[in-house]
Amino acid sequence: MGGVLEGTVALVTGAGGGIGSATVKAMMDAGAEVIATDLQAPAGGTLSLAHDVTDQAQWQQVADTIRDRWGRLDVLVNNAGTVKIASIEQTTIEDWRRMMAVNAEAILLGHQAMLPLLREAGKNREGGASIVNISSVSGLVGNAFAAAYGASKAAVRLFSKAAALEFAALGYNIRVNSVHPGGVETDMSELICQTFVDMGMAPDMAAARADSARLQPIGRTGKPSEIANAVVFLSSTAASFITGSEMAVDGGWTAG
Amino acid sequence: MSRLAGRVALVTGGLRGIGLSCVERLLDEGASVMIGDLADAEDVDLSAYGENVDYVRLDVADEDAWTNAVASIEARFGRLDILVSNAGIGTPCALREETLENWRKTIAVNLDGTFLGTKHCADLLAKSGRDWKGGASIVNISSMMGLIALPKGGPYNASKGGVRLFTKVAALEFAEDKMPIRVNSVHPGFVATELFAAFPDELKAFMTSSTPLGRVAQTEEIAAVVAFLASDDASFVTGSELVVDGGYTAK
Repeated sequence: MGGVLEGTVALVTGAGGGIGSATVKAMMDAGAEVIATDLQAPAGGTLSLAHDVTDQAQWQQVADTIRDRWGRLDVLVNNAGTVKIASIEQTTIEDWRRMMAVNAEAILLGHQAMLPLLREAGKNREGGASIVNISSVSGLVGNAFAAAYGASKAAVRLFSKAAALEFAALGYNIRVNSVHPGGVETDMSELICQTFVDMGMAPDMAAARADSARLQPIGRTGKPSEIANAVVFLSSTAASFITGSEMAVDGGWTAG
Repeated sequence: MSRLAGRVALVTGGLRGIGLSCVERLLDEGASVMIGDLADAEDVDLSAYGENVDYVRLDVADEDAWTNAVASIEARFGRLDILVSNAGIGTPCALREETLENWRKTIAVNLDGTFLGTKHCADLLAKSGRDWKGGASIVNISSMMGLIALPKGGPYNASKGGVRLFTKVAALEFAEDKMPIRVNSVHPGFVATELFAAFPDELKAFMTSSTPLGRVAQTEEIAAVVAFLASDDASFVTGSELVVDGGYTAK
């Protein structure tokens, strides 16, 4: 799909991971210039930066870097996330705080730090500037052994709607939406499968992966590129009337 | 852009409004399109749209008309990859004044029509869908009124809510039966259709001011979403509802 993001400057956090790196690639294929960030500067992107999304000062540094080179930001993809699968009894307050910090707090910090640059882009961009927050099916429906993760991802869902309404009310011309992936073939999913094996909930990795595939009615997990394509869509002018929406990209998981 | 090259689409209610914009967008993206609508074939002039478009008279509430439409598509194009169930009707009316006749008519077009389209197109869609990574695609045009109520929504609200969950049932069944057909619903907010243009100024002002983006949608903005769901870019999207309402239901 060539060119739908021609002339677009985009920031993707968590760009070292599966969905993040696929998003960087899909956006560049669609013509965007992409700032790719992760805890360690990731491969790929027009510009690659080390960036801890829980650190407010680092967000400001990233914003300054983008301002110096481009003067605006058309698209912000808040993709960085972390998960620890555990029973509620076994979840430590440190686990909880870590997931809240990376998955939820960082969304606030990202919106705050990038708002001036997004407003600048919104003045001229057809369809407005666009923020895409990566939530999860776990932000829509309950999942056993993912209470803390689900709470953090549900926060992303409603934060996105509030931001959409607020920016509309303020006349900023910035759309805000959330994407809710189902199971996707990533390192994070492998980690989740390994945890289920370690907890004795699956006999081995093959069984854990099969369980994970079965969560989707279409019988397979998604590919990172399939999530990336949804992010590209929401970032493009094709989504010019979409704001405050949640997009499940989950092979039917939450339909039933 | 030729994201839909080689594909054949049926768009119901395709002569006006959102339907017509869908036809134009799908053609732009390389698809061939059969338009289904209520006009008699001899009254329809598609000469402006080139070779890749055709027309069949289709009352979506009439089961025989569907049998005929599917046969026409097979004869003309030999396949069907995309079904856009867009035909819909609705007039605001207080429920104490609503007639059973109008209730049934609204449900017949909006909900029976969606069911009949899915039922009669499924086999051809499944066959054609094997040629694409993302399968065939059914896009049912519901409404934000399939998610939230408005006073005097009556049968329109009920029918559009029905379309939302019927869509999910179809998505799950086709997945279970290993039929390569994705099924999703689109939920437009207020849209600048011909119907909208004819509304009293007061109603138009309400629709504009109650939408957080401060404007109603252009029909092309709904069509762009339909094209995305029809394409392989949405290959992992099924049973989903895509809300295109300028933020109306986020509040």
